[in-house]
Amino acid sequence: MSTDSATQPSAAPASSGFDNDNQQAATIGDSARDYLNRLRGGDMGSLPAILGLVFLVVVFASLNDRFLTTYNMANLVVQAGSIIVLAMGIVFVLLLGEIDLSAGVAGGASATIIALMLIDYDWNWVLATLAGIATGAVIGLAIGALVSFLGIPSFVVTLAFFLALQAVPLKLIGSGGSLRFNDPVLRGLSIKNVPISVGWIAAILIVVGFAGLSLWRYRSLSSRGLVHQPIGLVVIRIGVLAVIVLGLTFLLSANRAPNPNLFNISGIPWVLPVVVALLFFWTFVLTKTRFGRHLYAVGGNAEAARRAGINVRRIRIMAFVICSSMAAISGLLAASYTGKVSPGSGGGNELLYAVGAAVIGGTSLFGGRGRAIDAVIGGAVIATIPNGLGLLNQASYINLLVTGGVLLLAASVDAISRRRRSSAGV
Amino acid sequence: MEPLLELRGVNKSFGVVHVLHDVDFAVYPGQVTALVGDNGAGKSTLVKIIAGIYGRDSGDYYFDGQQVEVHGPRDVAGLGVEVVYQDLALCDNLDIVENMFLGREETSRFGLDEVTMETRARETLSSLSVRTVKSVRQSVASLSGGQRQTVAIAKAVLWNSKVVLLDEPTAALGVAQTRQVLDLVRRLADRGLGVVLISHNMGDVFEVADRITALYLGRVAADVPTKEVTHGQVVELITAGRSGNLGIAENPATATV
Repeated sequence: MSTDSATQPSAAPASSGFDNDNQQAATIGDSARDYLNRLRGGDMGSLPAILGLVFLVVVFASLNDRFLTTYNMANLVVQAGSIIVLAMGIVFVLLLGEIDLSAGVAGGASATIIALMLIDYDWNWVLATLAGIATGAVIGLAIGALVSFLGIPSFVVTLAFFLALQAVPLKLIGSGGSLRFNDPVLRGLSIKNVPISVGWIAAILIVVGFAGLSLWRYRSLSSRGLVHQPIGLVVIRIGVLAVIVLGLTFLLSANRAPNPNLFNISGIPWVLPVVVALLFFWTFVLTKTRFGRHLYAVGGNAEAARRAGINVRRIRIMAFVICSSMAAISGLLAASYTGKVSPGSGGGNELLYAVGAAVIGGTSLFGGRGRAIDAVIGGAVIATIPNGLGLLNQASYINLLVTGGVLLLAASVDAISRRRRSSAGV
Repeated sequence: MEPLLELRGVNKSFGVVHVLHDVDFAVYPGQVTALVGDNGAGKSTLVKIIAGIYGRDSGDYYFDGQQVEVHGPRDVAGLGVEVVYQDLALCDNLDIVENMFLGREETSRFGLDEVTMETRARETLSSLSVRTVKSVRQSVASLSGGQRQTVAIAKAVLWNSKVVLLDEPTAALGVAQTRQVLDLVRRLADRGLGVVLISHNMGDVFEVADRITALYLGRVAADVPTKEVTHGQVVELITAGRSGNLGIAENPATATV
């Protein structure tokens, strides 16, 4: 290995240092073997989600020929948006080994505030959205404070909030009523599309940016003799990302109107850039900031984190604030999709979908493991279920059964892989 | 030789229980000082006072010959005193580098500075001649007990600390791993650090310690160079508080050497 000479600090005696310290898996073959070993050791990552997605797509595509149309794909993207955003928030509390059962209704309550601000107070959409996110943040602050200062289990606190927060829309809207949600910008998130040229430019920028960053990182790590992936793997990752991003852009840029001669519906739905921006932002926070590192540390061993001088209470409160604020954005996207806010908004399956999405994407229910991308991958799987079953005109009880089953399956995979991890010590 | 860290006349009570009586304790640079004593003798309390976790009822805290005020663990860490606790306080889900820098991450303009952290972690581990870990990016969950202890000690050394306190570092380890850790303890002292080894294992104590401080019911029974005592004498000091002309005399005024 050419890097070996660089890694031996010259001051260290030749016999010491890391005789076995290898900076990289030598070849793609080695890293593939590493990956298989990790899988056997129970470190499944997002693999179950990807397999699940392939399985669902094959099943639904074979049962209904409308499933694979670009029209339905765009629909799926929009439906998945609110689930993914909620799941991204849930990832933060799951990272600490906590749970937030109230996130769905917190989203509903925040969406109600947004709608009221738009309708009754004529606020513009920016201020209304900020008010909604602030509502979520306040809810998260209250939950986080109760959990970390009083030491009530988050399960109980958020169950109480799940019940109590449903009162907010019910009181503000009134039983049986609903608020229209037709602000051109906010409603447009779901029903309007990014201009095709802008979509292509953004897609290419993302691919080029990712490639540039990956290669720069590879260069700076390998030149200093630090642990890095083999170049082959880096190139493969860039290739996969390029295929997904450019492929999706291509499909969504085609005219997908059911009757293409009369209408032209094309372009990336605005929801997608919102999700992508949130994904980038939270990935950066989790992997590149001290706050993110401390979140993982508290989730892995809160006592160790405390002794290392980390303010565990602050981290815990922040996780709930982030979760509820993301729930507010998710509630906004859900309202944007349906065009209204009703007293029941957020009180249905939303939360279980989101927890299921995070867990099936690879985030552990036991804390310490999870990524923002997990929410995106898992959310795509979870959103596919109601979408595909809807096309098959199945009764809604089937939908509930399947979703519950998927959640249970994901949690089982998580529990089993955790057991295997602790015995294999990966 | 001037002690690096010294406590003089420390008293500590918890409610009505008087745990430490006029304890004097000194750590010298380049030496391993073993702190021994039976369960309840006050070893843990003394360590926690040194670490700044507990306050003192009376008594003075000297560092490098200067009297210092310590009000918490951060003050103590600021002096260059690090404690490696028995339960290792490592995060299983983080890798070795991440654990070593936990709470004190290096940052650059673009967020966490992984390059600096990995380089420094590697340098520290190789300067301690640690050769058992496969990669510094290995998660701590995959390490053996001895390797974990090594990482915990390396974490303490990383910060250019001057005094390292090790609370029962070999208690849960097998023979080969105990060997690794004791070698490491010796190397720390050879680098000029003041090392405090808290241990029940007389074999370990006699192998690496330069001095032995024995606590008996909250009092210092003896503070002697290892060469001048025998195994049996230390056991008597621990269990009875005195041994021959060593230990707590009938007159408490002459109790400490």
